Amino acid sequence: MSLNKEFTKGILKDNPIFVLLLGMCPTLAVTTSVNNAIGMGLAVIAVLTASNIVVSLLRNIIPDSVRIPSYIVIIATFVTMIEMLMHAFFVDLYASLGIFLPLIVVNCIILGRAEAFANKNTILDSIYDALGMGLGFTIALTILATFREVLGAGTFMGIQLFGESFQPALVMILPPGAFLTLGCILGVIHLYKNKKAAKEAK
Amino acid sequence: MSYFAMIISAMLVQNIVLSQFLGVCPFLGVSKKVESAIGMGMAVVFVMTIASAISWLVYNFILFPLGLEYLKTIAFILVIASLVQFVEMVIRKFSPGLYKSLGVYLPLITTNCAVLGIALLNIQNGFNFVETVVNGTANALGFTLALILFAGLRERVDEMDVPPALAGTPISLIIASIMSIAFLGFTGLV
Repeated sequence: MSLNKEFTKGILKDNPIFVLLLGMCPTLAVTTSVNNAIGMGLAVIAVLTASNIVVSLLRNIIPDSVRIPSYIVIIATFVTMIEMLMHAFFVDLYASLGIFLPLIVVNCIILGRAEAFANKNTILDSIYDALGMGLGFTIALTILATFREVLGAGTFMGIQLFGESFQPALVMILPPGAFLTLGCILGVIHLYKNKKAAKEAK
Repeated sequence: MSYFAMIISAMLVQNIVLSQFLGVCPFLGVSKKVESAIGMGMAVVFVMTIASAISWLVYNFILFPLGLEYLKTIAFILVIASLVQFVEMVIRKFSPGLYKSLGVYLPLITTNCAVLGIALLNIQNGFNFVETVVNGTANALGFTLALILFAGLRERVDEMDVPPALAGTPISLIIASIMSIAFLGFTGLV
């Protein structure tokens, strides 16, 4: 039960992007296409799970005063590994994620989970937490990317959706579209929350 | 490319926040007041310039000769983290006034992906030492420019009648989007 809770909180209640507003830079930058979004999401899930496991294992060994630098080194190690693996097996994805792959190191979600969760909880809990948070991140990225790719390029995962006559709104896959899409999605979420709060108040 | 073109390109055409999406977290976080935006901007200019220079030296004189290029992410993040600590200590010792205005922003910079991002991009683009320093400073100035403009807009919006669902972050993101469209207008300048 509680494991389930650790898992699902990352997807809905504490969704890292839509609720906690963490990890904004990769969110906005890589959501130009659904493929990139999923690739980024998987990379983050892998790094987050691995770093949560190691931080949780070492939680009684790392002295409190040097914990943040230690976490950063742990995270950076895994990011470098993922980067090398991706370079070897998924060259296209590696090229399109570009600079944002090494920048997973400074993604606040991962450091945040190490600091707020993994250093206080058991390994199993930390794994569930990492998977939930990572999945929540991936889902949010995919939703954003779906809007942007369909509206901005007329494709979904590279598949043409509309006929020849469709004029894609190019601005959606340019930088402004990223801010606009996220702003509108957050607006809709707030609208829903406000309505729910008003209902409960009655 | 001439240095002037490089500066214009980094500040306006390829603005670090609005077109490269580096440093969006502090951009959204520290932009409620123009005053704090200026403080944060100055701190970033300071750290990014020094971090670009030192990471270039580390890469070209330590990592590259030893064949350890793949360690650059780890090495750079450590350089930046210790640099921020060091700068904080030096400023506190020698200039309490400056420390008072920059102090709170310095620790935030360690997790600012703009600093690490620019350090990595400098290496990726094969810049020489002078180009690295110029590029680092120009990008930091671009960050500061965007941050101050954005803070000014947000101060005004705070007094406006915004639909309740859009209040707070959503309207800020939409403002950022419109600013980003404005900055797209600089395309082709260089």
